[in-house]
Amino acid sequence: MSDDMDFEEGGTIKKFMFVNRKAPYGTIYALEGLEVVLISAAFDQDVSLAFVDDGVFQLVKGQKTDGIEMKNFSPTYRALEGYDIEKLYVDRESLEARGLSEDDLLVDVQVMSAAEMGDMMAQQDVVISF
Amino acid sequence: MLHIVNKSPFDTGSLASVLRVAKKDGGAVLLIEDGVYAATKNSATEASLKAAGMPVYVLQPDADARGLQSRLMDGVNMVDYGGFVDLVAGHDNVQSWL
Repeated sequence: MSDDMDFEEGGTIKKFMFVNRKAPYGTIYALEGLEVVLISAAFDQDVSLAFVDDGVFQLVKGQKTDGIEMKNFSPTYRALEGYDIEKLYVDRESLEARGLSEDDLLVDVQVMSAAEMGDMMAQQDVVISF
Repeated sequence: MLHIVNKSPFDTGSLASVLRVAKKDGGAVLLIEDGVYAATKNSATEASLKAAGMPVYVLQPDADARGLQSRLMDGVNMVDYGGFVDLVAGHDNVQSWL
């Protein structure tokens, strides 16, 4: 996309970033955030997701929630591609601080430095935190 | 980008993450609600705010409500609600950190 504007539908395409900073099951933030991301896909916006701090735990492989009677929503991250949401950014320091690496994640992501993440955030039209 | 923090730095890592990740060029930090505690003089967070590399603003009504009027560190800028609006309007984008 070379222009900011898309007149096809008479609407404007904005750069939306959803920043996930919380672990998946202790609070409802991660699940609610994912719901909003899926809704945003219906509006044909330029959507990206950032995973920082405990947010990186949302992407860890092998989540199994039978024992806590909560929905395991982690497979949904792999389905995002089908909604044309392919920009998943992960903060390297957050991964490393939690003993994780890219191999521990259930979906392809771009791992980046804090500075690169800050640049990505600064480029957005809208940033929403979960 | 204007980074808004509304939680105490002694309770959550939001402010620490802002200071670690935020792009300093064009960046600013606005402390509101319990976020204002970060600007307390002689606090454990004073040094990190001084080293933020970007302007730090404190919402005065929230600081006043918490008795911080005379306990704020040097180098932070006080704003009222009108100033809050000016900050939002004066930056390209805004991020409210949870």
